Amino acid sequence: MNAATTATNTVTSGRALAGQAPGLLHEDAGEGRGQGIALIALAAALVAAPFLVYPVFVMKLLCFALFACAFNLLLGFGGLLSIGHALFFGFASYTSAHASKAWGLTPELSIAAGTLVAAALGLLVGSLAIRRQGIYLAMITLALAQMGYFVALQAPFTGGEDGIQGVPRGALLGVLDVSSDFSLYWLVAGLFMAGILCMRRIVHSPFGQVLKAIRDNEPRMVSLGYKVDRYKLLVFVLSAALSGLAGAMKALVFQFASLVDVYWTMSGEVILMTLIGGVGTILGPIVGAAVIVSAQSYLSSLGAWVVVAQGAIFVACVVLFRKGIVGTLADRLGRPL
Amino acid sequence: MSDDIILEASGLSKRFGGFDAVGGVDIKVRRGSIHALIGPNGAGKTTCFNLLTKFHQPTAGQIRFDGRDITSLAPADVALAGLVRSFQISAVFGEMSVLENVRIALQRRHRGSSFDFWRTERTLRSLDGKAAHLIEAVGLASHISRRAGELSYGRKRALEIATTLALDPKMLLLDEPMAGMGHEDIDRTAELIRTVSTDRTILMVEHNLSVVSSLSDRITVLSRGKVLAEGAYADVSTDPRVVEAYIGVPHA
Repeated sequence: MNAATTATNTVTSGRALAGQAPGLLHEDAGEGRGQGIALIALAAALVAAPFLVYPVFVMKLLCFALFACAFNLLLGFGGLLSIGHALFFGFASYTSAHASKAWGLTPELSIAAGTLVAAALGLLVGSLAIRRQGIYLAMITLALAQMGYFVALQAPFTGGEDGIQGVPRGALLGVLDVSSDFSLYWLVAGLFMAGILCMRRIVHSPFGQVLKAIRDNEPRMVSLGYKVDRYKLLVFVLSAALSGLAGAMKALVFQFASLVDVYWTMSGEVILMTLIGGVGTILGPIVGAAVIVSAQSYLSSLGAWVVVAQGAIFVACVVLFRKGIVGTLADRLGRPL
Repeated sequence: MSDDIILEASGLSKRFGGFDAVGGVDIKVRRGSIHALIGPNGAGKTTCFNLLTKFHQPTAGQIRFDGRDITSLAPADVALAGLVRSFQISAVFGEMSVLENVRIALQRRHRGSSFDFWRTERTLRSLDGKAAHLIEAVGLASHISRRAGELSYGRKRALEIATTLALDPKMLLLDEPMAGMGHEDIDRTAELIRTVSTDRTILMVEHNLSVVSSLSDRITVLSRGKVLAEGAYADVSTDPRVVEAYIGVPHA
């Protein structure tokens, strides 16, 4: 539970962090340059990556990065902490695996099905959780997610302890074969980039402005006639859906959906990634996911000690970069990233 | 002045556990007037505000606003009906610019409850002109692009009033608009309230009695959750019960 408790402590500071972009008249004036350049660099890196690094590793990284970004949409921009995001990630993963294997759906439909299921679960969990605030909200998400875990353990279609194995990747639109790692990579990279751009738009939309103001001063927004719960619910659903997109892709990448993805440790890991990268920044969670996924993979020879290494990285980040790696960098540059 | 009542509360009560914070308050506010609510600390003024704007649900009593029963409305709906409040602690969006502060209220009024997360925030620029106009009216034109959190206390209050006015409410409830202000700020804010009140009704809680005497048409004095006296300042200020509540019983 360490990651979870640390994260709760950071919620309040997370709220403060998220809005600490320098006092620009229009946020999008800053959004234009700093983030624009960074996103172009990101797109370039995505194109080059499969030629330099093992594609499956990059795809794994992209799935977690998107998951962390989706989580950050809720925590960093919505000011709401969920400790149950594994529910959306995991069930989307099961759904797309099942849709692809049992129903023979094409990859884009399987992924869409997973995303939709996650959105529906987000609506259910969100409408219960947003009635409470802070730690209570977090506890409700955790409780509901653990109920989901139990369902995944018992329900026949998830395969229980075995998970869903040997998931076919199929052919995109029934035509383009994506069974090779290299060809699937372009689908995953494309959806990843679409997800990131989508979140950037949400943050810088009229809806995003309302979210920002609610995070800043909720009672005042109520006094101005805003029904804040509906805005919170929508950001919860959007975050769940995008987490689902990440989970659904992961099932096709590994051709496998398992209990690991619905367990609460996964919810903890995504919090860790977001905090290391920088809560409330568009790019931070991507960096955070890269750090954690790389650490897990390159330090895997340490065995169980990898958890200790992760903890050390987290402590180092908290001490050296109080606003996360990207958050601290953005402060130095004086523009949002 | 006409007898047109815009806000009427009858038998308004709020019980917290065993404590009657507000016990059967009747209040009538005339349309177009500046009405002050005064009383010693703990008299229930802020609770009254919270009840009138439905931030708290009254234990008993009825509230009518502009000919409509609002007793069971949600706070956001009360605001939409045209009864908008300010807060004792200054209620600005500290992380947002002065312009964005006012614009968020304009967004509510002109775009309603829209949830358009797919549009760019550049669509909001159509509201910038109106926002700038309101900001100028409260004397903050030179601070329009500053972060609201950096403003002085008096300017935060001015911004808060500009934000509230952006909703074009029929009635404003100001909770201690002068609290913690220096002299110049008090004069400026009093002037602002007077200007604003020309076509609106204002109900305010205020401790600064010179402000109350110069601004308000009518005064209600609360003490221990009940109405102690009501009337013009000259009458209320000489009422022995009011003097007693404020200063205490003179020793024999």
